[in-house]
Order: sequence, then C-alpha cells, then structure tokens
Amino acid sequence: MTHYILEIAQALLALLLAPLLVGFVRWVKARLQNRRGAPPWLPYFELAKLFGKEVVMSNNASWLFRFAPTIVFASALAVTFLVPLIAAPLPFDNVGDLLVVVYLLLLGTFFLALAGLDPGTAFGGMGASREMTVAAIAEPTIALAIFGLALGAGSTNLGRIVTATLANPGVAISPGHLLAFAALFIVTLAETGRLPVDNPSTHLELTMIHEAMILEYSGRYLALIEWAAWLKLTIFFSLLANLFVPWGLATVLTPATLAIAVVTLIIKLAVLGLVVAVVETRVAKLRLFRVPELLGLSFVLALLAVTSSFLLR
Amino acid sequence: MTDFSRLQSALAENFKGRATNIRARRENELHFQIARGDAPRLAEILRGDFNAELTLMVANDRRADKGVFEIHYLFVNNRENWFAHATKDLPPGDPTIASMATFYYPASRFEREIKDLFGLEAVGHPDRRPLVRHAFWPEDYFPLRKDAAPLERFDDDGTPFPFLPVGGEGVYEIPVGPVHAGIIEPGHFRFSVVGETVIDLKIRLYFTHKGTEKLFEGRAPAEGVELAERISGDTTIGHSLAYCQALESLAGCDVPARAKYLRVILLEMERLYNHIADFGAICNDTGFAAAHSHCFRIRERLLRLNKRLAGNRLLRGGVVPGGVGHPLPDGLDPSTGSGRSLPAELDSVIADFDEVVDICLSNTMLMDRLEGAGRLTTQTATDHGVLGCVARASGIDIDARRDHPFAAYPWLKFKVPVFETGDVQARAMVRVEEARESASLIKQALAQMPGGAIVASLGKLPAWEPAFGLVEGWRGAIIHWVMADDQGKLYRVKVKDPSFVNWPALSFALLKNIVPDFPLVNKSFNQSYSGNDL
Repeated sequence: MTHYILEIAQALLALLLAPLLVGFVRWVKARLQNRRGAPPWLPYFELAKLFGKEVVMSNNASWLFRFAPTIVFASALAVTFLVPLIAAPLPFDNVGDLLVVVYLLLLGTFFLALAGLDPGTAFGGMGASREMTVAAIAEPTIALAIFGLALGAGSTNLGRIVTATLANPGVAISPGHLLAFAALFIVTLAETGRLPVDNPSTHLELTMIHEAMILEYSGRYLALIEWAAWLKLTIFFSLLANLFVPWGLATVLTPATLAIAVVTLIIKLAVLGLVVAVVETRVAKLRLFRVPELLGLSFVLALLAVTSSFLLR
Repeated sequence: MTDFSRLQSALAENFKGRATNIRARRENELHFQIARGDAPRLAEILRGDFNAELTLMVANDRRADKGVFEIHYLFVNNRENWFAHATKDLPPGDPTIASMATFYYPASRFEREIKDLFGLEAVGHPDRRPLVRHAFWPEDYFPLRKDAAPLERFDDDGTPFPFLPVGGEGVYEIPVGPVHAGIIEPGHFRFSVVGETVIDLKIRLYFTHKGTEKLFEGRAPAEGVELAERISGDTTIGHSLAYCQALESLAGCDVPARAKYLRVILLEMERLYNHIADFGAICNDTGFAAAHSHCFRIRERLLRLNKRLAGNRLLRGGVVPGGVGHPLPDGLDPSTGSGRSLPAELDSVIADFDEVVDICLSNTMLMDRLEGAGRLTTQTATDHGVLGCVARASGIDIDARRDHPFAAYPWLKFKVPVFETGDVQARAMVRVEEARESASLIKQALAQMPGGAIVASLGKLPAWEPAFGLVEGWRGAIIHWVMADDQGKLYRVKVKDPSFVNWPALSFALLKNIVPDFPLVNKSFNQSYSGNDL
C-alpha cells in the first residue's frame, strides 16, 4: 500500500513542481536579460486561467484534436510513475523500464504532431513536420544515452541504474556517464523546445516548432498541453539529475529520507533550471537546418558513451 | 546653378518642339512640359544618356481649373545632384498614359497606384491587378479625384486577390497575416514553399490605407505638419522635414542657419534611436533576447533625451515650416548648460551601444544566423530602385544627405557606410555604423551651430507650382511633392516613403532562404506599412 502512495505522491509532486520550474527558468532568463520578469509562480495562474476559459475550436478539427491533449498529458503523467524522482528503486520499476519511458514520451509527441496536422492550418503542419524531424533524431539519442548507463548497471531498469550508481559512486565520473550526460543534456534542450533548437518565448509563427503545433488550441485543452510540456521538462531534468547524480534519493522509505529526497530534488531542478536559463541567454537559435547537426553530435556522444561503457565494463 | 544646356539640347533634338515651357528652377531643377506618349522615350534618354532615374510619379486632378489630369515625373541624378521634372496633361475624356512598366520596375508600382487612386489607366502595363485598392471600394471609385465623394459604406465584395499560383510536386502555400502575433502593422505574406525552402513570396499591403494624401488637401500649409509627422510613427522628423522643405522650396523661404543645424540634430536623433532599436530587434529574432532588451533600454534613454529636446518622445512638433519648433534647451546645450549636455549624453549612449554590439558580434551562433541570410544582390536592389540602409547594405552608395545636401549637411563631415554582401549581417552593420555617424553629426552640429533665429516666416505659396522636398530619413530617402491652389491652401501632396520601393525587394531577398528565416530577414528590412499604404 505504501508503494502505491509513494508512486502517487511522486506523480503529484511532479505535477506540482512543473509549473514552478518553468516559471523559475523564465524568471532567471528575464533577470539575465536585464528585465524584472514575472514571478516564478505565474504558470500556476496561467493554468487556472486556461482551465477557466472556453474552448474555441476550428470547424475542421476532428475527434483527434479533442483527444490528443488527453493522450499527451496522460503519457507524460505516466512517465512520472516510472522515473525515480524521490525514491529508488520504485515499486513500478518492473512495470516499465527505459524503453517504456522513451516510447511513452514519443507517444505524446506523435499525437501532438497529429493534432497539429488535424485542423489543416499551415502553421500546424509546419510545426508537426519540424517536430517530427527533431524527434526522429532526438528519441534514439535518449535511449542510447541511457543505454550507456544501463550497460554499466546491467539493466535497462531506471531504478536499478540508480542503485548501481549509488552502490559504486566512482562510475558517476566515468567517461560513459559524462558523455551520456552531455548527450542527454542536448536532447533535453531539443525535446523540451528550448534554445538553441526552439524558442519557447517567440511570437513568430514561422520560426516555431512546438508552439506552431499547438497554435489552434485554447482553454482547458491548451492547459493540458502546456502542463504536459512543463511536465516533460521536469521529467528530463529529473532524469539528468537523478540518473547521473542520484545522491539524495530515498532508498529506504522513512519520512526523513523522503523529506531529504524532496528537498534535494528541488535543489537539483533549480540548479539545472539555472544552467538552462544561462545557456538560453548565451546562445542564439540555430538555423533550422543546423539543428540536425547539433542532434547528430548528441547522438555521437551517446554512441561514444555506450562504447566506452562497454569497453570499460 | 546646374548647367542644363546638354539636357535642353537633348530634349530639343529628341522631341522636336514637343517638350515645351522648359525652365530651370531653384539651382538644380529643370522643369518642362512633355506631350502624351513621350514619357517612355524621355525615361530612356534620361536613364541612358544622363544617368538619371525615375524617383517619383505624381498624378494630379486639375480638371476644375485647367481641364486636365496632370502626370508629373521626377527624375534624379544622384551623382551630379540635379532633378528633371516633366509634366504632361491628359484630357479627361481619354485619360490614359503610356506605361513604362516593362522596362522600369519602379514605374510599374507608381502606375498601378495611380490607376487605383485616379483611374488613369497605364496602357500596356503587364500587371493589371490592383495595388492600393482592396475589394472594399468599387472599381470605378477613385478616391483622389477631386469629385470623389466619400462612400457611405465600405463593403468587401468578396473577390479574392489574384495571386500568381505556384504549382509543382510538393509545393505548398503558407499564408501569413494580415493580422500578426506581434505588435506590428498588418500585411499579408504568402509563401510558396518546397519543404522549408521559399521559392516565391507575395506581399500584399495597403491594409492601413488611410487616405493620407487626400487628408492634406485643403489644409493650410502649417496644418499639414501634424499629418506629415504621423505618416509613419517612427519617422516623425523625416516626413515632417521633407514636407516643410517642400513648402519652403515652393515659397522660396530661407531657413535660418541655426534652424538648419537644429534640424540635423533632430533628424539624427531619430535615426539613432531607430537604428539602435532595429539592431536589437534583429538579434531578438535569432532568439538572442539579451541584446534586444539592452537596445530597448538604450532606445528609452534616447526617447527621454528626445522629450527634453523637443518636448515629445517621438520628436513631434520638432520641425515647423520655416524652421524648428523649439530652441535648444539650456540643459542640453554644451555652451550654456549645467549638468550633462547632449554630447556627453551621446558619448555615453554610444559607449553603451558599442558594448552590446561587441557582445553580439563575438557570439558565433548569432553571427551564423545573420551571415548570408536574406541576400539582396546589388543587381536586384538597383532594378527595384531600393533606397536607404537596405540599399547601402547591398552595395549601392546613395545617401541623400551627401548626394542632395539639405539642412546643415553641406557643412558637416560624415561617412556613408556601404556594405557589399546584402545579407542580414550587412543590414545590421550599416545600422551600427550609421548610428555612430549620427552621434558624431549631432556633436559637430552642436559645436558649429551659429546663434540667431530658429524660424523664418514661410510666406505665401505660389499657386499651381510644383515643388518637392527630399530628406534622408532613417529608412532612406523620403520625398514630399506639394502644389498649392490659388487660396494658398494645399491642392495636392504626394508622399513617397522609401518603403514603397523597398517592400517588393524583400520578396527577392528571401528567395531560396528557409521559412523560419523570414522574420529575421523581414526585421532587417524593417519597412513601414503605414508609410507605404498612406
């Protein structure tokens, strides 16, 4: 029973933290850009506002358009049950491993792209085609980067990867881990629609990737999609934080260890948020055709991670 | 006084007495009357033998007093600083003109504009589509004719605009606008795309057609200033100065020397704040928002300086016919002032800006976006008669401040930066260089400025005489053409913002670029919708 409570608590924590994390990144970026910035908790109000608004829908939209936000949100939410946020190993570790995580994320992307195409607008199709281009290179890299870790741990199970690192702290600075971290960091920027791949704060439709797909959404549907996107950012940050620096995760379940786990998670997310905000301020957006080069680089890094993990096993 | 004897003999030889009433005006203008049908030949001669290009076409409804429609052609030689002003009369019964569109692209747009606003058909024009007229007013309603009564209702007749369709396997269209996501003006852009590569771009404007030229008519000369200031909100001084210079040229009014220097200061302040804001906005469209927020901060500093200088952040009320609206305030005058004077403020602004520019230029990711994007070749730019900083970024060495000196520019030293590459980077760098020159010009003007009056009386405007004012605004050369009636009121005012010729060139700059680079290329042009649509 405690296991289920733990899983649900973890998912709720992710849901609650996601808006704050995004608000925090926005706030740091504003500060770095010489602006005062909106308070970090603004995204909570954004969600409340969107859930309260009516839904405006194109006459050309089909059931798919209404259906997609739920799938996108549900798939992201499902992943929060499988990723070690505050505890490892997780009770659901046997339900789904790394491959399930990758394909659940891809499922959301896939439905979002379909929903972008559905109303038949030019921007939606444009965004969908670009998102698929990015996803096609990014998704294998995620899997491959985590494989680099899995090779060392002898399992694709995320919980077991974490416990293996905890048992043998030296591997955290092994070449395999560092390369995989670099690869996953680049993919995180791409998959969560961050600079230099996509600009989350642009209003220029013609340059958009993620935002172009969801231009037609409004009201509670938009709220679900936004929330799912923020959840995805939280998930990727947690993967980066907990797979590579697992210390602080609760391995035995006591109130004290769980409290420490929550606090360390927040600190790790904040540090990563800070790093991403600095990166986003320092770089310009890549020309669209340069994006595959960057993602190709991350794929090569991931491949090197696997190779070195295999050779140094 | 320019020697027009060669041009005069060429007119006599080619037109055998059909070019009449030939008279030199105001140092460097040759005015004359031509017969119907002679305009294309005249353009060929002026272009081929005299290196003069068509810069303005004005239609004028003089049926009430003279019984004809007039078409005025203004040709300019930028190297030798002279103008040829040809007028032809059209009988109201058969008001058609011989089209020059097939060999002269700028004429093509003027002729379409004249057809929509005056109903004067250009015979032989290859493009019969409307330019100004959207489907909201009837085809036989010509608003700039004197007898055109305002319509009761304006209703869309539902006719779609005949865009040239682009076919082929995998070609699709992306329509954008006229309503955009940012705080910008309306314009419709239609991309024909293969994958992400743009193979054609059509731009449809005139959504902000306000009848500005019509609104000038019947106003007293001084009342036109406020209208000129609002033609394009960011070009207050550029337009009001061109308008006032046209009036002064018509009335033969001598502007006091001190006012001429103050006009330079105002015009350069306008250039400075716009160029700095543009540089930031170009960086912002690559996602480099830090440069944008800093440039916007610097712009705000300049707007506050403007407020002290002219009592208005956008410099409205700065220029009046015969001079300027405000004396130099004590606090900003380096000779009398206490506190930080204008030169010290500008040094600090430029140092501030230089720091931002350095950060941007050393960012390789940013520069990679700017380099090679939206290349406008010198040939295309020349064919379109492109003006201003867009022209100078494409290797065309023109600047009305140097080529046709006005205000106090003859006595000031400045460089005209010219870049050859014609890409976004060149357009950004032209702005950076020009901003530095602007600051230097203001400092020179302050140092050299004599004392004395700042405004002279304009005097009465002679009736039925054409005159024009030419000013290098921050976007490029602005022309205002004026004619007064026998009451001394404005009879006809024609405005040409550089956007009118620069907009079409954007389509060509974008060819073979990718769709997501359009906003960046567009921002590097940054043309005025309002100034074009009038």
